[in-house]
Amino acid sequence: MRRIFEALAPRPAPRLVSGLALGLAACLALTACGGGAGGGTATGEASSAAPAENAENAEAAENATLTIWADQKRSETLKPFADAFAKENGVKADIVVVAQNQQQTFVTASQAGKGPDVLVGAHDWIGNLVQNGLIDPIQMPRDQLDGYVDVARSAVTYDGQVYGVPYAVENLALYRNTDLAPEAPKTFDELVATGAKLKAAGEVKEIVGYPISQQDGQSGDTYHMYPLYTSGGGHLFGTTPNGDPDPADLGVGTPESIAAFERVAEFGEKGAGALKRSLTSDNSAALFAEGKTAFMVSGPWRLADVRTAGVKYDVTPVPGFKGGGPARSFVGVQAFFVASKGRNKALAQEFVTNTLASPEVSQALFDAEPRMPALKSALAYASAKDPDVAKFEAAAENGVPLPAIPQMVAVWGPFNTLIHAVVKGEKVAPAVKAAGRAIAEQLGRTG
Amino acid sequence: MTITRNPARHDRAGTGAAHPRARSWPGSASGVAVRVLALGLILGVALWAAAPLVSSGDWTGMAITAVATGVALWAYLIPRRLPAKYLLPTTFLLVAFQVFPVLYTMSLALTNTGDGHLGTKSEAITAIETSSVRRAADSAEFRLTVAEKDGALVFLLADPATRAAYAGTEDGLREIGGASLGPGGRITAAEGYTVLTAAQASARSAEITALAVPVEGGAIRSQGLSRAYRGTAALAYDAGCDCVKGDGGIWRSDEEQGRFVAEDGRALPQGWKVGVGLSNLGAALTNPKINAHFAGVFAWNLFYAIAVVALTAALGLAAALVLHHPRMRGVRAYRTLIVLPYAMPAFAMLLVWRDMFNTDFGLINRMLGLHTDWLGTPFTARLSVLLVQLWLGFPYMFLVATGALQTIPREYMEAAEVDGASPWQRFRKVTLPLLLLALAPLLVSSFAFNFNNFNGIFLVTSGGPFPSDNPTVGATDLLITYTFRLAFGQQGAQYGLAAAMSIYVYLIVAVISIIGFRRTRAFKEVS
Repeated sequence: MRRIFEALAPRPAPRLVSGLALGLAACLALTACGGGAGGGTATGEASSAAPAENAENAEAAENATLTIWADQKRSETLKPFADAFAKENGVKADIVVVAQNQQQTFVTASQAGKGPDVLVGAHDWIGNLVQNGLIDPIQMPRDQLDGYVDVARSAVTYDGQVYGVPYAVENLALYRNTDLAPEAPKTFDELVATGAKLKAAGEVKEIVGYPISQQDGQSGDTYHMYPLYTSGGGHLFGTTPNGDPDPADLGVGTPESIAAFERVAEFGEKGAGALKRSLTSDNSAALFAEGKTAFMVSGPWRLADVRTAGVKYDVTPVPGFKGGGPARSFVGVQAFFVASKGRNKALAQEFVTNTLASPEVSQALFDAEPRMPALKSALAYASAKDPDVAKFEAAAENGVPLPAIPQMVAVWGPFNTLIHAVVKGEKVAPAVKAAGRAIAEQLGRTG
Repeated sequence: MTITRNPARHDRAGTGAAHPRARSWPGSASGVAVRVLALGLILGVALWAAAPLVSSGDWTGMAITAVATGVALWAYLIPRRLPAKYLLPTTFLLVAFQVFPVLYTMSLALTNTGDGHLGTKSEAITAIETSSVRRAADSAEFRLTVAEKDGALVFLLADPATRAAYAGTEDGLREIGGASLGPGGRITAAEGYTVLTAAQASARSAEITALAVPVEGGAIRSQGLSRAYRGTAALAYDAGCDCVKGDGGIWRSDEEQGRFVAEDGRALPQGWKVGVGLSNLGAALTNPKINAHFAGVFAWNLFYAIAVVALTAALGLAAALVLHHPRMRGVRAYRTLIVLPYAMPAFAMLLVWRDMFNTDFGLINRMLGLHTDWLGTPFTARLSVLLVQLWLGFPYMFLVATGALQTIPREYMEAAEVDGASPWQRFRKVTLPLLLLALAPLLVSSFAFNFNNFNGIFLVTSGGPFPSDNPTVGATDLLITYTFRLAFGQQGAQYGLAAAMSIYVYLIVAVISIIGFRRTRAFKEVS
C-alpha cells in the first residue's frame, strides 16, 4: 500500500498533504455550516449551564427569540406587529420566509427540533400536523371564538378542538366580464349557453375559463371541480358526530357521484366542449384578462390580476347545474398555529391569541392582499373598503371547509385522474368506480 | 512496512508541525501557515461539535467525534503516515456522502417512519394528552400573571368578574390578599411573589405550559402569558396498563403498529416510530397494490432510459462530427447555440416544454396547426417525454463527443484514407471505436441517471396519462415516479416504505450498471 501511495505522490508531498488537510477541514466546516442554525442555539445552551439558576434564566431570557414562519407576503405584513410585540416584552422576534413546501418543511424541521414557535399556514394542514403531534390546541373563550365567521371557526376546529387562529378565508366564485355577459347566469347550463353563443359569434375563444387541470396539465383539479361535483349531488366524505369529515363514509363511487360526473361529462370535451383539460388556473386567468372568455371560476387571489387587466367584471357565486343542488366551493382558511415543539411556546401562545388575533392584524393582512378576513370586525372593515369582499362572502355561503383530515391525501390523486377521464369523454361509471376503489384501498391501509 | 523507515523520508512525509526546526523545512512560510491553519481548523471544528454533544449528553456522538479527531491528528501530526494522509479525507467523504446515506436509508426501511409515526412514544403520549385538554364551557377567562416564589413557578390569577386574586401552584389554588391589579385586570404585584417579565417567563415556557393548577372540575392551565382557563384533559396515559384512558374508551399500545388502538380497531391519530423488520421490503414483493404494475413500469422505464441514451448520443455525436469537419465555418457560434439547452436550468425548461405541449394553448400545436392531445394519450405522451429529454440531453453528449474527437489523431484518418477507406468506413472502423472507448462509461452513467430521471417525467407529465380505470399508474411512469406516488402521494409521507422501494430501485440500477461497465471493458479489449 505504502509504496503505491509514495509512487503516486509527487515530490512536494507535504504541501499536497496539507492541501488535503485543508480540504478536509473545509469540508468539515462546510457540513457544519449546513446545520448552522443549531450552532448558535447550541452555544446558548452550553453557556446557560451557569451555576446560579437566576443567572441562567436571565441569560436564556435575553436569548429568547420568537421565531415565526410565514410566506413572503405575510411576513412583510406581520413584521411590524412582531417587532412591536418583541419590544413590549423584551424579547426578539424573527420572521423567517418559507416560500416553498411549507408544511413538509415545518414537519421535518420541528421533528429535528429546529422548527419555529409560530407557523402561518392553511387549515387543511391541521389533520397531518396533529397526527404528527406538532401543533397545540388554542384555548379561546367562547366570545372570542364567536368573533369569527362560522366557516372559519369550523375549519380550524378539528376533533372538537381549535388548532389555529384564522385570519383569512378564500373560496371560489364566478368572475364575469360584464361587457360580454351583462347578466349573471343562474345555472351552469345557462352560463355555458351564453358562452357558446359568444364563441359562435367570434367574440370569445373559450366558453368558460374553468380550470380543469392542475398546472402540470396532467391531472385534474379537485379543488376547482368540487362546486360542480356537489351541485350534481356528489360528496367526498360523510360527517362524523363532532363535525369532521368521516373517512369511513366515502362518497366517491356511489351512484350519486356517478350521476354528478354524468352531468360534468355533458359539458366536457365530447359534450358541450366547455370544460377542457387544456384549461388550467393560469391560462384561464390569462384568457379572462384578455377578454377571450366571458367567465372564469377562480378565487380572490385573481382579483389583483383582473383589476390590472382593466376588464369590467362582476363576481357572483359559482352557479350549479340546472335542477341540481347548490354548487359548494371549498373554503380554505388561512390561520396561525402554535408549534408544539417550539422553544418559547408560552410566548408563542401569547403572541398568537392576543396580538395576531387582533383586528388590526387582520386589517393589515387584508390591506396587503384582498382576501376575506375571518374576523367579523375586520370583515366589516374590508367590506366597507372593497365591494368585492361581500361578493366573495356571498359565494362562500354554501361553501364547506376543505377537509383537514389526513385521509384527504388519499383522495387527491385518484379524484384528479377521475376528473380528467370524465372531461376527456371516457365512460363515466367505470371511471368513478375505479377512483372510488383506489381511494378506498388507500384509506384501508391507514387502518 | 519497515523498509521505508529511513530518516530522510521523515521530512517529506511529515507535516513537520510536531517538530518545528528539528529538521529542514520542506515548505515555505506560507505553507507552514496553511498547515497550522488547517490543523487548527480540524481542532476548532472538533471543539465546536463537542459543545452541543456534551450538553445534550450524546456520548456516542462524542465518542465518534473524539475518535475521528484523534485519527486526523494522528495522521497529520506524526510524520511518515503518508497513506493515511491520503486515505483519511477520501474515507471521510466516502463515509459522509456514501456509506452514511445508504445505511440510513436501509435503517429507515426497517421502520414505519412516516406521517403520524415520526417521533418517539413519549412524544406521542405528550401530544395525545396535550391535544385532549378541553376548555370547560363555563370556565372563566382568568387574567394570568406568571410569578415565582422561592424559585417555584406560580400562576397569579385574577377573575375579571369578581376581581378576586388567587395564587395557583401544582398543589392547588388559594385566594391571596394584598395583590394590586393593573389595567386589564391583571395582577401587577403581590406580596411574597416575584412577577416575571415576559422574557423571563418565556425562558420557562416548558414549565408554564406543563403547569396545571388542580381545582374542582378540572385544572387551570395557561393560554399564553396573560390568560388562563379551566379545562380537563380528556385522555391520560396509564403506565400500568400501557394504555390511554378517557373519553369512555381505552386505547392499548400496539408496539407493532406504533399507535394506540381501541378494541374496535380505531386508533388515536398520534403514533410513534417502531421497527417493522422486513415488512416494508416484503410489501414491495408481496403487496399486489405495489407490485401489480411493476413489470409494465419496469419495461417502459428500461426503454425510456435506453432510448434517451441512444437518441442523445446519436444526435450529440452527429452534431459533434458535423462541427468537427475541417471545412465547417462558424463552429464557435454553432457550438454556443448547441450548448445553450445544457446551460439553461433543466427544471424551468421542463416546465416550459410541458406548457408547449398544451392541446389548445401550447406553442407546438399552434405552430404546426395541429390539435394533438400530446400528453393525453400514452403514445404521444411517451414520445413527448423522449423528445424533451433528447433536447435537454444531447448537448452533454455533444460536448463529450467533441472533446473525444479532438483526441483522435488525424494520422489515423489519413492512414485510413491512404488505405482507400470510404468516409463511412473511416467513421465505422476508426472514429466510432475510438469514440466509444471514451464515451462508453459516460453512456452507462447517463443510463443510470435517466433510469431515475424523476424531474424529466414528473415535471412534464406527472407520470400520466392515467388509464381511467386505474389512477395509480400512468403511461410515462418510471419506477421512481411510481414509487414516489405510492410513498408520498396518497397516504402522506411514508418514509419507511419509500426507503424500502428506493433500495430496490438502487439494486436494479446497480445490477444494470455493473453489466454496463463489464461491457465497457469488453470494448477495450476489442480496441
